[in-house]
Amino acid sequence: MLLVFGLPVPLEAQTITLGATTTTENSGLLGEILPQFAVATGLNVQVVVQGSGAILKLGETGDLDLLLVHDRIGEDRFMEAGWGELRRDVMASRFVIVGSAEDPARIRGLGDPVSALRQIAETGNFFISRGDESGTHAAELRLWEGAGLAPQIDQPSWYRQSGAGMGATLNIVAGLGAYALTDIATWLGFGNRAGLEIMVGGTDPRLAEPGLANPYGIILVNSVRHPHLDTDAARRFIDWLTGPEGRAAIAGFVVSGEHPFVPTGGGE
Amino acid sequence: MGFLESLSEAAGLIAGFDRDLAEIIVLSLTVNLTAVACACLIGLPLGGAVALYRFPGRQFVTIAIDAFMGLPPVVVGLVVFILLSRSGPLGVLGLLFTPTAMIIAQTILVTPIVAALTRQIIADLWLEYGEHLRSLKAGTMQSVMTLLWDARFSLITVALAGFGRASAEVGAVMIVGGNIDHATRLMTTSIALETSKGNLALALGLGIVLLSITMSINALAYFMRARAGHMAAFA
Amino acid sequence: MRSPAPILPLAFSRVTYIVGGERLFGEASFEIGPRQRTVILGPNGAGKSLLLRLAHGLIAPSNGQVLWRGGGDADTTQAMVFQRPVLLRRSVLANIEHALKLKGIGRIDRRSRARGALAMAGLTEMAERPARVLSGGEQQRLALARAWALEPQILFLDEPTASLDPSAIRSVETMIDGFHAAGVKIVMTTHDMGQAARVGDEIIFLHRGQLVEQTPADVFFKTPQSKEAKAFIAGDLLW
Repeated sequence: MLLVFGLPVPLEAQTITLGATTTTENSGLLGEILPQFAVATGLNVQVVVQGSGAILKLGETGDLDLLLVHDRIGEDRFMEAGWGELRRDVMASRFVIVGSAEDPARIRGLGDPVSALRQIAETGNFFISRGDESGTHAAELRLWEGAGLAPQIDQPSWYRQSGAGMGATLNIVAGLGAYALTDIATWLGFGNRAGLEIMVGGTDPRLAEPGLANPYGIILVNSVRHPHLDTDAARRFIDWLTGPEGRAAIAGFVVSGEHPFVPTGGGE
Repeated sequence: MGFLESLSEAAGLIAGFDRDLAEIIVLSLTVNLTAVACACLIGLPLGGAVALYRFPGRQFVTIAIDAFMGLPPVVVGLVVFILLSRSGPLGVLGLLFTPTAMIIAQTILVTPIVAALTRQIIADLWLEYGEHLRSLKAGTMQSVMTLLWDARFSLITVALAGFGRASAEVGAVMIVGGNIDHATRLMTTSIALETSKGNLALALGLGIVLLSITMSINALAYFMRARAGHMAAFA
Repeated sequence: MRSPAPILPLAFSRVTYIVGGERLFGEASFEIGPRQRTVILGPNGAGKSLLLRLAHGLIAPSNGQVLWRGGGDADTTQAMVFQRPVLLRRSVLANIEHALKLKGIGRIDRRSRARGALAMAGLTEMAERPARVLSGGEQQRLALARAWALEPQILFLDEPTASLDPSAIRSVETMIDGFHAAGVKIVMTTHDMGQAARVGDEIIFLHRGQLVEQTPADVFFKTPQSKEAKAFIAGDLLW
């Protein structure tokens, strides 16, 4: 077999492979908290970044030890099917609707995301969907459902699916002067806003309007289904992340002067 | 975001000699060059053999190799991913999301390029050498070895074409490597990542760094080739 | 020095060579004996090169047989030199060593035999040069030196001086004399009547794929038997 030795950082026994959503990686959250975990435990965490849907599938195939995702319905289905050994709440964030500063659909300041989407649909302005079965995509589809619309099925000309990560989607939104639903963490860390502004919602996760809440959970993949998994190390990560140290690390994470994540883990 | 900004980003990246960037460059070169070496190990004899051996289905093999030059990286990545996944046939090896997985995927991408171009070069050279080698009663294997050696300077260009393919592709390594920081992050996946973060100047800066590395390697090969074989004489 | 078991004489028995239904050579039956220098003459397209290639085994006859009647190993005791020498993209010395390696000669033996052949061709000082920067005449001498190193019993030469200047032609002919003196059978095609007279002991005259005459050279040039040969010598028969 082709085994290459001497390459930097091969996967070792004491390495945990964590699947995480683009929002947690692109915002810089994991880059800040994982080194703290490594210092506290001596364990190394490798991160594979995908949308929540893709991460849950990688959990089913046993290619990941831990899943940090934000698709509560998908997570529950995963647990019910027996793919997961354990699930815990980790933190809450929130979504906002962004669009170009000219705001042709006049949705700025609307308190209710559902009526904002309805107005975008009526005026026929571009809306860019992730279209990639990510947690953000799932949240967006729930909002359309609440508005009594199904553009992902009807395929009107103003509704476009990027099929890409949040950042790549925001690049398209900026290029077209369109609207989109984005998680606040990616938005705060995004470098290419090019005239885009928040239209609906604010930056504080604790004040999320109905439909714009964005809770994250962590799942331990079932080692009965996948005996090769090293669950001891993975459990230590869950305990740390939802314990006092992890919660403090999440609460202390700042992007552009804002705190996009609020810890929800721990049972007290 | 302008090109000047990207150029200054690139200059800053090189001048600052960031440790993380150095690690990414070293890993990229290790993966790309190992894949090209493996592809040459397979593709040179394969191309030479297909050029000279007569066997049933030879035309089909030739067409297949030529067609595989256009293999889409994402498809190769997907196939290797399925094979190496824990639930796949080679899952027990635990190679998914490792540099080895990226080398395997890139070897599959580069081998057809090396084999197809080698086949053409060796077939052309055989037109010139064929009667002499048959006069010497050389076996087919001996003929392949003779032709590969005598085509060595053209074959360096073939290896460079393979390296170009490997160093430029992002689709396959992204899927099988996972773009894991400090483990499987390469130049191209870093560029894709920075683009997705909207850091376009940094992304383009990295692109300029990647291009400079590719240029340096090609320049190195050019001067080695020129030194080794008074080009006019051997080429 | 030479292999003790002789391979000659060489016999063509009802040999034809047919491509796409068109008969390019034969049917021909004749024998070529040892020692004498045989020169094959004939206008363009007469089948001179085909005869050499059939004899050397580069192409297989469509019908009939090419037989080595001497009993020796004919595979390892022949050499051929082409009109445009095929030189490898290597040094002069390596060109000869490569041919010896294919013959299964060991490394040390290879080096000394190659050096000896270069000395015979007057190319010793060019041993380390890339073969393909040599002049046309030097390239053909290298091809002959390479054949010399193989120690053949028979040497086929296909128009070896066709694209050379007079002084280069002279040195090539001198080398051919050297082969002859060493007991190597020479079979050569040429366009050059003067060369045929200088080099040939025996002439085989071909016309349109047919063997018309096989006679001693002095007889051929003085009293050709066939009307085609008469016309050829008179310069009237061009094809």
